[in-house]
Amino acid sequence: MRNLRLIINREYLARVRNKTFIIMTFLSPLIFVGMIILIAYLSMLNSTEQKIIGIYDESEIFVAEFKDAEQVQYLDYSKKSLAEARKEVLENEYFGLIHISELDKETGKPEVEFLGKDSPGFGTVENIEKTISDKLTRDQLIAKGIDISEIDKAKASIDVEIQNFSGEQSSKMSNYIKMFFGGAAGYLLMMFIIIYGNMVMRSVIEEKTNRIIEIIVSSVKPFQLLLGKVLGTSLAGITQFTVWIILGTVLLLGVSSFLGIDPAQAQTPASAAINGAAQPEINQLVIDIMKLPYASLLSFFVIYFLGGYFLYSAIYAAIGAAVDSETDTQQFMFPIILPLILGIYVGFFSVVENPHGTVSTIFSIIPLTSPIVMLMRIPFGVPWWEIAISISILIATNFGVLWISAKIYRVGILMYGKKPTYKELFKWLKY
Amino acid sequence: MENLLVAENIYKRFGNFTALNNVSINIPKQSIFGLLGPNGAGKTTLLRIINQITMPDEGKVYLDGRALHPNDVAHIGYLPEERGLYKSMKVGEQALYLARLKGLSKSEAKERLRYWFKKFEMEGWWNKKIQELSKGMAQKVQFVITVLHRPKLLIFDEPFSGFDPVNANLIKDEILQLKEEGATILFSTHRMESVEELCDYIALIHRSNKLLDGKVSEIKKEYKSNTYEVGIDADDETSLHRDLENRFAIAPAKFKSIQDDLKLTIKLKDNETSNDLLRYLMPRARVNHFVEVIPSVNDIFIKTVTQNA
Repeated sequence: MRNLRLIINREYLARVRNKTFIIMTFLSPLIFVGMIILIAYLSMLNSTEQKIIGIYDESEIFVAEFKDAEQVQYLDYSKKSLAEARKEVLENEYFGLIHISELDKETGKPEVEFLGKDSPGFGTVENIEKTISDKLTRDQLIAKGIDISEIDKAKASIDVEIQNFSGEQSSKMSNYIKMFFGGAAGYLLMMFIIIYGNMVMRSVIEEKTNRIIEIIVSSVKPFQLLLGKVLGTSLAGITQFTVWIILGTVLLLGVSSFLGIDPAQAQTPASAAINGAAQPEINQLVIDIMKLPYASLLSFFVIYFLGGYFLYSAIYAAIGAAVDSETDTQQFMFPIILPLILGIYVGFFSVVENPHGTVSTIFSIIPLTSPIVMLMRIPFGVPWWEIAISISILIATNFGVLWISAKIYRVGILMYGKKPTYKELFKWLKY
Repeated sequence: MENLLVAENIYKRFGNFTALNNVSINIPKQSIFGLLGPNGAGKTTLLRIINQITMPDEGKVYLDGRALHPNDVAHIGYLPEERGLYKSMKVGEQALYLARLKGLSKSEAKERLRYWFKKFEMEGWWNKKIQELSKGMAQKVQFVITVLHRPKLLIFDEPFSGFDPVNANLIKDEILQLKEEGATILFSTHRMESVEELCDYIALIHRSNKLLDGKVSEIKKEYKSNTYEVGIDADDETSLHRDLENRFAIAPAKFKSIQDDLKLTIKLKDNETSNDLLRYLMPRARVNHFVEVIPSVNDIFIKTVTQNA
């Protein structure tokens, strides 16, 4: 135990004193907050900029339908000739010109062109199409003798109110929030596993290429060294995570108070556009964010982080022991990265689609993907027994993988020269 | 004499390859024991087994009469053939860490390190990183780390390879002094000069088998061939040469002498002694030089290995 403590201590200090580690730890939150500010600033810039779009409507049916808005202003060129319209738009450097032809005799539709220097955004195109097709539909309905006002009356707007069985209300937005938090946790976990697993692997390779390994294993059991390395590095990871949380919180609070934004009022542009009638929904949103089970989310994050990290870093350590240099690790990396990527994909496609579906449930139990997938599912509420099964299997697998890794590690650290094949690794298990 | 370390009937296989085949050695207390053998003979595997880095498939190792126990690492100091340290760790910190892994307390380790740093004139190195040191300097650090915990048994794998002549000499003197202070030393090498100079006992391993072991002086006695090197002066050298040729098995010899005499090696029959040869020579010539030919460890090594090839 004394030696294990010494090893953990050394490994921890070796990681934490590393210059890249220090820079990453203190710079990442700054970069993160800086990015948020930059994005907020840019989107503000974007939204204050007004686009001017010219319209050349040959039939003059549609031009009145294009209403000026905060971000876009329409100019009517229908009275002039097309060539003139083009010239003016070009000279004034307007965003573009919409050219709507006469209605086609057979189809009853016009041909619509957008002329511009830059291709318009998806939203702009959609807006143009919708405006024209709405007008056309209405006109055709009227032409068929249907009373439009009756149709308008018949249109019903349905807002589904989501409630769980315990009667707690939540907004539709809350699902997006859950997705965001789950997704962020899963993604963060994957990044941590890859970054810290790699650290463990590099440290094993370092000891091997430095040839200090033989001196150390003449003092301690290889398993002790492996365990100490994995534990010491995980402590470094937890340190970094803690620093991030503290620094991130301080920075965010600092920045938001500096910019005079009350966090409770911070809204997305979309929700800001919603008028007073939607206010209760926004309140609900804020309540939802507050209501997320942060304590359990954080504790499950720590549990799955440790479980996933130990599992993968044991494999990383075995790979490090099997090779002589980092360039040789490539062929063994694929089986590690694959389940991680798979977990992320299942998370972002399957869990988002159906958090409690078969695929999501299975992948949240398979130990190689469970840390990521289960973390993404947890905000949606997972029965406790499913979490219990998932964690137990994860822990059991950890022991199994650690046992196998320790065997490969024990043989590998003293093997130099040829890069081993999978077959040879399998043979090492029996040495 | 009492043995400090006994390895009994050690077998070790790696897959289909047998690294050690029924190898036993006994290392007497306070002796220097040389483990000889060509490259790939199995020396390092045996040293690793004694260090408990590798487990033998069969056989037992005893230290001080008791079966080897994991805690015994504190009584063993090991300098592997491939030497290295953490490159980006400071010398002092690193030495402390490795010493503490061997069971020393922090203050104890610090105190002893000061002594050795002073002795080897490396006082200014404490806060230097290994990567800032030259290779020879790093090797000194490594040697200090090996002996710091005052182990009963010191194991050096090819101790002189990679050391420059100055450091090699320094290490040799230290090894001899450590022996005087009571340590037992086991080292492996394929360099015979160092064996001749240092070893009290040797074992020869070739292709996973032990071919020979014992006290160096006894092995030499066993391998000597009752041959003498003589330098003689006679009035009629040609007839003397002819007479000797008829009487003994002779061959020309080369050695340095100030005399311009006849230099020969003379092999006697098993029942003859040096006195018989002297008695024969004295009436016929002046004997300037008379030495028994004792085989060097190198000769024995080559002879044994080629015999078993």
